[in-house]
Amino acid sequence: MSVALFLFKIVAGVILIKLSVLLALGYEGVDRIISARMQNRVGPPLYQPFYDVLKLLGKETIVPRRALGWAFEGAPWLAATAAALVILYVPMGSLPPVLGGEGDLILVLYLFALSAVAMVVGGFASGSPYANIGAQREMTLMMSYETPLAMVACTLAWAALHRGLPGAPFSLETHMATSLWSVLGGMGLCGMGLLLLALLAVVPAEVGKVPMDIPEAKTEILEGLISEYSGRNLALLKITFAVRTLAMCAVLTSLFFPWSLGDAMALPPYLAYPVDFVWFWVKVLLVQTVGVTLVRTALGRYKIWQASQFYWVQAAGIALAGMLLITLDVGL
Amino acid sequence: MATGEGKTYKVPIGPVHVGLKEPITAWLDVDGERVVNATIRPGAIHRGIEYMARERNPIQVIYLAERICGICSFAHITAFVRAVEDAAKIPVPLRAQYIRTILLELERLHSHILWAGVACYTIGFDAAFHLGMQLREQIMDVLEIMTGNRVNYGVGTVGGVRRDITPAVASAIHAMANFYRIHFRTFVDAVFEDPVVKARMRGVGVLSAEDAVRCCALGPTARGSGLRLDLRHSAPYEAYGDIVVKPVVPQDIFGEVHGDVFDRFAVRALEVYQSLDIIEKAMEGLPEGDLMWEPKLPKLLAYLKQAEGEGFAALEAPRGDDTHVVRLVKGDENVTSWKVRAPTYSNAVSWPLMFRQQELADVPLIINSIDPCISCMERVLTTDRSDGSSRVLEGKHLSDLCRAKSRAWGVASDLPRTGTARRMGA
Repeated sequence: MSVALFLFKIVAGVILIKLSVLLALGYEGVDRIISARMQNRVGPPLYQPFYDVLKLLGKETIVPRRALGWAFEGAPWLAATAAALVILYVPMGSLPPVLGGEGDLILVLYLFALSAVAMVVGGFASGSPYANIGAQREMTLMMSYETPLAMVACTLAWAALHRGLPGAPFSLETHMATSLWSVLGGMGLCGMGLLLLALLAVVPAEVGKVPMDIPEAKTEILEGLISEYSGRNLALLKITFAVRTLAMCAVLTSLFFPWSLGDAMALPPYLAYPVDFVWFWVKVLLVQTVGVTLVRTALGRYKIWQASQFYWVQAAGIALAGMLLITLDVGL
Repeated sequence: MATGEGKTYKVPIGPVHVGLKEPITAWLDVDGERVVNATIRPGAIHRGIEYMARERNPIQVIYLAERICGICSFAHITAFVRAVEDAAKIPVPLRAQYIRTILLELERLHSHILWAGVACYTIGFDAAFHLGMQLREQIMDVLEIMTGNRVNYGVGTVGGVRRDITPAVASAIHAMANFYRIHFRTFVDAVFEDPVVKARMRGVGVLSAEDAVRCCALGPTARGSGLRLDLRHSAPYEAYGDIVVKPVVPQDIFGEVHGDVFDRFAVRALEVYQSLDIIEKAMEGLPEGDLMWEPKLPKLLAYLKQAEGEGFAALEAPRGDDTHVVRLVKGDENVTSWKVRAPTYSNAVSWPLMFRQQELADVPLIINSIDPCISCMERVLTTDRSDGSSRVLEGKHLSDLCRAKSRAWGVASDLPRTGTARRMGA
């Protein structure tokens, strides 16, 4: 890699991460307003998440006496970094991802897991029984939702490989360039629908929202994982949650809703890039509204074993059915 | 979730906890997510209200009694003034009795709707919580139109009530009843048909009918276990003599009794409709007449000063039987002694049984399921320990403790007379 490209990637990466944090907080504001309107409330102002983060940055950062200092303080940084890195692997519209050549969907899933594991470490390092319980729950939840998630990712890659999509099968760019919907038969489309459903089921757990906010259940274990965090560390965790929500919705969008507006309208490239960029984030917002906001407003919180059972039986079952249908469609 | 290894650690729920609206501590021995044992530690909000009452006359105590609890304030003052009326042999005009009944039912409405919302909040179902809170605003408006206040109404007095039901109030009440008949159904359906609610409430915090009897459970907690216990049914007071009240029990709703949180939810939800019926019947049968036995306050106070005797009153507050006992002594302006036994005091005894072998996630819901009113309960400081089934506090144990304490003070044979309060306090 040339030095110029390396420098360009660093600059682009820094800008993109900053943009994504702002966007993530903005989308959280939208989420809160939509949820409030659904509950017949006015809701907070759009900028409330920004105010929250700014306020937390001005507050004292407390490390509990019984906490393991370095792990407790390091965990939010690791969690936030891992979540922000995901953004660099997501192609936005027709723009290729900044780190597109360096990793693929598997790495993205690992980054999500790393971010969650960092929070678990922080929880265990807090020295609080609530955080301890929260960390246990987060681990249990991770072990549960990784199954359907892995099944969805592998099936899509397998289908992309066998349908001869141009590019590496696990690369998000490949899926963004050619939609799998357009190359599959009827059975395959049903399978895609089921996979989408399975992935949507994973979203709440991945982003820590109702009905799967079990590790942070505030009315049960007082925000669990993050109960001991304050000040700058809590601000980082808030950002982490927001960025994870954004990143998860962006990944889902690029896998299942890759359609380009620029291509559809046959725009010239200098127009297509910005239009597709904006269009991509509009799609992400729609996905977030359906996958996160609607679900979290309409449901209550599950217990951990119920969530675990849901992912191992129902969600994994749906993913398996989708996998079979796509296998049959591609194989025949 | 490592379970079955016998290793437990202690987790406190409360005294300050997001899921609890009032300070109570449940020390839980937790094995993974399973609650092995629970110790309830009340005592964080004991305010010594009964002691304060000894330096106030009965009319002043009304306003003190109202502040025992913000939700069932009218239940408390009605129980108190009924106890005073019982002690001083004061008859209450019929119209005042009906107005009291209507107010008691309005209060039950607002208590039950508030509870239903909070129960949803406890399981993270915020949409239902907000819906419940919005529905509750109607009843709060009616209470405000009728009494001028939303929470502590200040309309009860010895021998009657201090506010009449004017035509404007009557039409507001009718409008409210119609509103609830239409809109409360939305809330109930949203909750009953939600898969998560059923998963979280069914089979959680079970209290069998036998245990409910043994632990002296009251009100919706007992009715949720299938016991037909309702003072409005078994010992009618005020206008309930004219209005037939049938206790709401789950076997009449679902055909079977589970005694779990879902049953308690269902009982409270259906009691909202029952209360609407009672209010409408009381409005229809509202007789004409006086509001107070003696409207002139100095005259009433002078009469109460000359009164001698002990009065008792129990009524069905939103959470169960609220019992007040008052002793008045001739020549003493103040209330000589006053004892309040709020329903939570009885219901709290069932907590350790409900917690056993439940999950940590259920604990706040179980605590809330009896609709605890800790500030109501904490008239006396007690500790409830249950390491195993044998050490649950029971009625006999409590009375033994009470007797032992009385003997130690040397007042067992002689009831406290005027001025004893100050001597005992010193």
